[in-house]
Amino acid sequence: MTNHLTQEIARPRPATAGDVEEAPAVQHTEISVRPDEFRQRGPVEHKEKTFELNNVSVSYGKARAVNDVTMDIFHQNITALIGPSGCGKSTLLRSLNRMNDLIPSARVDGQLLYHGADIYGPKVDPVQVRKVIGMVFQKPNPFPKSIYDNVAFGPRTTGIKGDMDEIVEKALTRAGLWDEVKDRLDDNAYGMSGGQQQRLCIARCIAVEPDVILMDEPCSALDPISTGRIEDLMLELKERYSIVIVTHNMQQAARVSDMTAFLMVELTADEKSRWGELIEYDDTTKIFTNPGDSRTEDYISGKVG
Amino acid sequence: MTMRGVVASSAGAGETPRRSLEAPSPRYGEKAIKVFLAACGGLSVLVTTGIVLSLAFGAIDFFREVPVHEFLFGTNWAPSFTPSHFGVLPIVTGTLNIVFWALVVSVPVGLASAIYLSEYAPNRVRKTIKPMLEILEGIPTVAIGLFALMFLRPLAADVLPFLDWGGVHSIGVAGVAVGLLIIPLVASISDDAMRAVPRGLREGAYALGASKLRVSARVVFPAAISGIVAAVVLAVSRAVGETMVVLLAAGARAQITANPTDSAQTMTAYIGQTATGEIAFGTVAYYTIFAVGALLFVMTLIMNLFAIRLVRRFREVYE
Ligand SMILES: Nc1ncnc2c1ncn2[C@@H]1O[C@H](COP(=O)(O)OP(=O)(O)OP(=O)(O)O)[C@@H](O)[C@H]1O
Ligand SMILES: [Mg+2]
Repeated sequence: MTNHLTQEIARPRPATAGDVEEAPAVQHTEISVRPDEFRQRGPVEHKEKTFELNNVSVSYGKARAVNDVTMDIFHQNITALIGPSGCGKSTLLRSLNRMNDLIPSARVDGQLLYHGADIYGPKVDPVQVRKVIGMVFQKPNPFPKSIYDNVAFGPRTTGIKGDMDEIVEKALTRAGLWDEVKDRLDDNAYGMSGGQQQRLCIARCIAVEPDVILMDEPCSALDPISTGRIEDLMLELKERYSIVIVTHNMQQAARVSDMTAFLMVELTADEKSRWGELIEYDDTTKIFTNPGDSRTEDYISGKVG
Repeated sequence: MTMRGVVASSAGAGETPRRSLEAPSPRYGEKAIKVFLAACGGLSVLVTTGIVLSLAFGAIDFFREVPVHEFLFGTNWAPSFTPSHFGVLPIVTGTLNIVFWALVVSVPVGLASAIYLSEYAPNRVRKTIKPMLEILEGIPTVAIGLFALMFLRPLAADVLPFLDWGGVHSIGVAGVAVGLLIIPLVASISDDAMRAVPRGLREGAYALGASKLRVSARVVFPAAISGIVAAVVLAVSRAVGETMVVLLAAGARAQITANPTDSAQTMTAYIGQTATGEIAFGTVAYYTIFAVGALLFVMTLIMNLFAIRLVRRFREVYE
């Protein structure tokens, strides 16, 4: 089925007539993500489950934001969460490293396992959870400190042993930022461009060596070049980490992710309120070329949302 | 939207609807209110100018009699004795002593409460404590002064019996009482400053596996530092200006001392006491009040300008 996806292309490029003809997987809809935008990939490997979500629901006070999500997220995969605004992508993502604990009204029901261990178990320390499962936010949020101190903050917090200069350099290098900032490590991070700030936040995150990185629309405020850098970075990081990314950018999901989950806002059974539901979860190629649900198809082809 | 659409279509192409663009009434009320508001604003400016001018004129008269350097650097303060001495340093150090003890109490306690309120307290608790703090700020200072004299001073003598407690007046007790008085100010402003720190910064730190204490101490506190410093500066201004408490609890002996059990006069206590006593108009002693007032004014002005600049910087910090 992926025979026609032979070119290795990480960025969108102008469509050619040939490409369109070569897209036999979709007959009845014109999908806005063209096949040539997919990253070359073999069959997705599902080696090991990082997360298992069993009937996970998240509520804010009495209002349920996400209802009854069951899905597995795999090791060394990039998993994309897509869906219209307000369908609970961020909410679901934040429940994976207990960031929702910071919102007093938030409550998580159901079972959420990380390598088989209950993330919301009674003995689990949310601070420890976040050391293992890092997060990058939509809006770059460097601390108003020097570039160096931003990266060193995490390792100092977690008490990682070793030469701090080395740790900082390594993290910045892996975030693709080292050459740009090596001469101004003592400058305030607020003097950087938005794209640099976001890569600094990624460097800050990988400096603590988490096992999983959660990214909530990490590129939404960035230009295509910065976006491209961060996407390359994600593909590189995926060799060692599991990555879960929320994105509104279909092309981005298609380009980088292995698995894609589509969520949508649905009316509750009594039709009195709305909540987010997982509509479809599958290999990214499948979701974008041959989705199993007409709502997925409508969304990614730009008919709704 | 729809309405206008209907009107436009029914009016047809030929008829352009004509509605007057002129004001339907002259709006005298609005103008009157504007004048009234401007007058109120003008009044406060006028009053301030008046105060400054009266202080300045009095001070000028004073400095005709007493050389500036003798006033500023003299160590003997006895303006109403004969022979009189006009060295202001004893009451300046008296003031500084009070400020010192006030800060020793109010800064740690105020900041700790602010950290608690902004980072730890559940919303419900915060909503009850914050207004209580604001009420505390409004307690009449004379009540605090009495509290210091009648309760704190004996308590201090009981708790620290090894100190040499001379009279009923004590700089330390008065300073601590002033400190209690300004805790709400420090707590409230620092709490505002810390709450103004964007949530994203906290989340960024939490996402790196930082504990609440670490987030508060290493991210929120430094990010709010200018606001916190501004709170402290305002606290200093307040302590410098505090009159009633020190008048009651610190006594009226103008002396240079660092001993908290001593009594000492402050600049405000001097003014308060002298201005309420019998004093002949036009004498040097009379003008002394103005000179001390002017010095006090300059000191607090400098502090406040400093605070305003800091507050401004604090507003820009995340841009
Ligand atoms: N802190 C909160 N308190 C109460 N309700 C919230 C909170 N955060 C989110 N919600 C609600 O939960 C629902 C899902 O929000 P969420 O932010 O997860 O959506 P999203 O899919 O990430 O949307 P977007 O694409 O716009 O970021 C929304 O109805 C939102 O109003
Ligand atoms: Mg979101």
